[in-house]
Amino acid sequence: MLQYILYFQILLCVFPLYRIIAGPTIADRMVGIEKLGILVTSIGVIVILLTNQSWMIDIVIAWTILSFISTLTLSKYLENKKLND
Amino acid sequence: MTEIVSNILIAIGSLFNLFSCIGLIRLPDAYNRLQASTKAITMGMCTILLGVTVRYGFTGVGVKALLAIVVIFFTATVSAHTLARGTYRFGIKPGKETLRDDFKES
Repeated sequence: MLQYILYFQILLCVFPLYRIIAGPTIADRMVGIEKLGILVTSIGVIVILLTNQSWMIDIVIAWTILSFISTLTLSKYLENKKLND
Repeated sequence: MTEIVSNILIAIGSLFNLFSCIGLIRLPDAYNRLQASTKAITMGMCTILLGVTVRYGFTGVGVKALLAIVVIFFTATVSAHTLARGTYRFGIKPGKETLRDDFKES
């Protein structure tokens, strides 16, 4: 059962990729990037359960914090830049 | 028994991820997409990590999964807030369906 859930989660990554490619504005692309980061952590968690390699939970926590920092940097870049410049 | 419970929790979490993905595609506006994609996926990830805790008990992996729940709770909400603020300051207007804009005068 866990195997099919893993395939399902990998299939779900198509939706943020579509939003990154076809987003009308730059903000939609950033929303897609943030969401893709969280989905990758959920895939990592299911891989832990499938392979019983428990050290990978450290990688999940580190990936979460890295995704948070990258989203903060992107939003700061967006805030200091106007649409009409 | 614990394996069945953890599998059910993980299935519920992946369903919440599916709902947030549908919201990311279907909603009309950048702010609406941000709301759908952050709240629902926080719930889904917390449920999946709770499933890991139920599976492994209070060993090292289970406690670290609880820590990851706390980390995701704080970082997802804070990053959604800063992203919405940056979007507004960038100059992207809300859609036509939005009736009220409290952030305009500040």
